[in-house]
Amino acid sequence: MYTTIQDLGRHGYQEFGVPYSGAMDMYSAKVANALLGNEVHEAVMEITMSGPTLEFHCDTCICISGAQMSPMLNTLDIGMNRPVRVKRGDVLSFGKLSTGFRSYLALLGGFKTDMFMESRSMYQGITAQRVLLKHDELPTESVSKDFIERHATIKVKNTHFTSSYLEVFKGVEFDKLSARQQKVLFTTAFSISKENNRMAYQLAEPLKNSLEPIITSFVLPGTVQLTPSGTLIILMRDCQTTGGYPRVLQLKESSINILSQKFTGHMIRFKLVE
Amino acid sequence: MTYELKYKPFGECSVLIEWPAVIDESILLDILKFKENIVKKNIKGIVELNSSYCSLLVVYDFNHWGFETLLAALKKRYKQHRDNVKISIRQWKIPVCYDNAFAIDLDMISREKSLSKESIIQLHSETIYTVYFIGFLPGFMYLGGLHKDLYVPRKETPRLTVKKGAVAIGGEQTGVYPNESPGGWNIIGNSPIDFFNVESKTPCFARAGDKISFKPISYKEYTNIKALVEAGVYQLESEVIRG
Repeated sequence: MYTTIQDLGRHGYQEFGVPYSGAMDMYSAKVANALLGNEVHEAVMEITMSGPTLEFHCDTCICISGAQMSPMLNTLDIGMNRPVRVKRGDVLSFGKLSTGFRSYLALLGGFKTDMFMESRSMYQGITAQRVLLKHDELPTESVSKDFIERHATIKVKNTHFTSSYLEVFKGVEFDKLSARQQKVLFTTAFSISKENNRMAYQLAEPLKNSLEPIITSFVLPGTVQLTPSGTLIILMRDCQTTGGYPRVLQLKESSINILSQKFTGHMIRFKLVE
Repeated sequence: MTYELKYKPFGECSVLIEWPAVIDESILLDILKFKENIVKKNIKGIVELNSSYCSLLVVYDFNHWGFETLLAALKKRYKQHRDNVKISIRQWKIPVCYDNAFAIDLDMISREKSLSKESIIQLHSETIYTVYFIGFLPGFMYLGGLHKDLYVPRKETPRLTVKKGAVAIGGEQTGVYPNESPGGWNIIGNSPIDFFNVESKTPCFARAGDKISFKPISYKEYTNIKALVEAGVYQLESEVIRG
């Protein structure tokens, strides 16, 4: 189980070497918050691959978006992408993963875990906790009695989970690649290796490489690096702030979200956009 | 002097400004002056400004700026920036214990370099290093100035855990691990002070452009300083060398 609290991430602390962090799939996290009428920056729970069992200590309202993990409240299927009223003592559990990889649980008013550097996003060495553990209790605000239940629902485009195309810009060092390397980048179906996590996704198929390392410079979430051995590494939300490998491509923000819903063995293709 | 700069789009809302690809203090100073000049002007819609060895990253709010208009504004600023901008520089004296208890790779370096441990410690601690920027990990300083006799290649297989405060050499660089982490550099000592404080308004004491020197301390001094650091009363020695 790998479950964390995430929000929009830490901005303005890169000069101290602090990563951005934040929800891997920002799109799904935002959908979950929006359906509850939460502010966009409220913290949500990011649930990876398999879900925890959660007991509520207060009445509130929840919404789950992102990967389909068959959420159940007590013994009832509650579905995705719609607000659900919960009562004190209710138990939320998750079943089998059927679509995507990361599910987002939003709560009315958001999770109120401690803020460090203006964000609740969990990251080792920044927040007190790196991941959520069994028996943790999470604070939230109590919901006022006159809260009006919303009946909003949204149909999330299925392509968010099924599309294998990642839209990319040319990276800072793209022009240093040979014409052949450039062609291979855009015509190969790459598979995601087992080295995939919140910091980076490595691709299994190498790209023959003769580029020298660069003098350490900035990287961003979505930067695709090419290592001396030819491994392509797509940096994700928890990536370090700087790196020394050539930056060959840069994913669009929306493609970082799409990639976050994929895991080991899934195929991707890069599609150049201007 | 001015440099021929390259301006490149990076991601959806950043501009990467590149200086010639050389690690050089005059380039660092030029970057820092340009950065300070932008900060001073308080230009709306610029969200973040970070410098590294030979580049400056400008993160902007795309509701406020188009790429081309921001580029024009930045280029204009660079032409105007120069001697009216003052960069203040501090030198920090960092206590380091090179005792065998910490210096787990010192014997190996001593053998491979045919240098006594004392000479290695002397070479490492008599140099004044330049902080080029902080990156990689929270609080990790990229330092320039390592004596070339101390260049040691990184380990082929990184250690799974390197202790907080470990002072190490990786290739042509030296640095301090601000927190426990995996790492492939060769460890020659440990500093008892904090290099990153998440609760502080200034999480790192040093800034890009500052100077660092390492002051050898005994194991006993190490324990004393560590206790003061933990009690939150340790005062790190520093002086302004350029105001």
